[in-house]
Amino acid sequence: MELILEQFPVVIQSLNIGFIQTLKLFFVTLLGAVPLGLIISFGSMSRFRPLSYLTKIIVWIVRGTPLMIQLLIIYYFPGLVLDNPIWGGGESGRFIAASVAFIFNYACYFSEIYRGGIQGVPKGQEEAGLVLGMTRSQIFFKVTLLQMIKRIVPPMSNEIITLVKDTSLARIIALQEIIWAGQAFLKGSQGISGAIWPLFFTAVYYLIFNGILTVLLGQLEKKLDYFR
Amino acid sequence: MAILEVEHLNKNFERMEVLKDISFSLEKGQVLSIIGSSGSGKTTLLRCLNFLERPGGGKIRVNGETLFDAEDPSTMQESEIRKKRLHFGLVFQSFNLFPQYTALGNVMLAKELLAKAQPDYKAHKKEIHGEIEKEARSLLTQMGLEDRMGNYPHQLSGGQCQRVAIARALAMKPDILCFDEPTSALDPELTGEVLKVIKGLADQETTMIIVTHEMAFARDVSSQVIFMDDGRILEQGTPEQVFENPTEERTRQFLSRYTQG
Repeated sequence: MELILEQFPVVIQSLNIGFIQTLKLFFVTLLGAVPLGLIISFGSMSRFRPLSYLTKIIVWIVRGTPLMIQLLIIYYFPGLVLDNPIWGGGESGRFIAASVAFIFNYACYFSEIYRGGIQGVPKGQEEAGLVLGMTRSQIFFKVTLLQMIKRIVPPMSNEIITLVKDTSLARIIALQEIIWAGQAFLKGSQGISGAIWPLFFTAVYYLIFNGILTVLLGQLEKKLDYFR
Repeated sequence: MAILEVEHLNKNFERMEVLKDISFSLEKGQVLSIIGSSGSGKTTLLRCLNFLERPGGGKIRVNGETLFDAEDPSTMQESEIRKKRLHFGLVFQSFNLFPQYTALGNVMLAKELLAKAQPDYKAHKKEIHGEIEKEARSLLTQMGLEDRMGNYPHQLSGGQCQRVAIARALAMKPDILCFDEPTSALDPELTGEVLKVIKGLADQETTMIIVTHEMAFARDVSSQVIFMDDGRILEQGTPEQVFENPTEERTRQFLSRYTQG
């Protein structure tokens, strides 16, 4: 116990740095996947058959394979197989590769949630708008959109919380996020070695951050509770 | 001159003919009721008039202006159709109120969006908004909803929702107001309040087309009744003619089910 207290300041500082990388990956993924998912959902709902088939096949592949494999392929394939290391070396290269993998993966999951949300708004809403002389874009922005958002908040909350934890998968390409930072003390870093507790302690970071997110997303859900 | 003329309207869904050679006309201030069993094409006819379905053949004229002619593709442009829709109002069976707006908001929304498109909107924003709100309030009051204006649809009963929907349709000042089984989704207890409102509109000589299963009401409120069967107009005339002296056996059969019940 005394030893842990002694190690604590050094470990925390290191974990904090790792967690900042975790947060960066989280926010970049969210920022990229939220709009990309909408584009993919429009693709899969397209009346142009080849486009909707192609989109559905891509979504199937991305959702049907482990994110960890996707990370490895996206990071290593260009350099090792194509002899063209597009990501560059170092931490920034790993971060870009991880972001690409995460954005693409999560956009596919989001797209299915959006599709459910859009198709879940009753057809009668659009028809009511039409007979009142509204344009299709007015109907989308003034009538359908908010109803869709209300529908997708609970499943999106679920995905967002999963995303926080999934960022730890970036450890597989040695991105220096919080798991990597915790693990370093096992092998030996800054005079501490053979310590497993820093790795276990990373869980506290995830738990607290997800706690905050749960409260925020819950508030958003409540805010939209004024209509049904 | 007739306010509405429908000539030889046809509509197919895939290979199914749902409307066959529908022709009728309606005078201003009159009420037309359309009766008939489910699947006879009544709702499809209303949806064609409101441009929610595109007929396969025929013409629709309002005040002498041809709004739709199956042989003239220029009558089917999307931007034109939007304007043409405003000749008609439609009250749905399931209300289709916008859940995120209050009763007042539902009545005002489309009118405000329309006003925004006008060139002088920015200069007179306040007056225009005030005018729209005043009209909406007066319509809701007319519907007996003066103390429900700030309520959201989920806080209202079915009958109240339907009255908001009627006010919403009236706000656009349509030439012809259509009702698609306006009381079919309501408890019997709430049917009366909606029918009373429609009756009130008839007394003010609102031109209306009402698809309904309420035979006593249709008889009481209409100036003209159409009986539809299998996509066709089988019988057409005054309520007395259709309800008391139907010429077709099929009409008698249909009506007897209501009088016995």
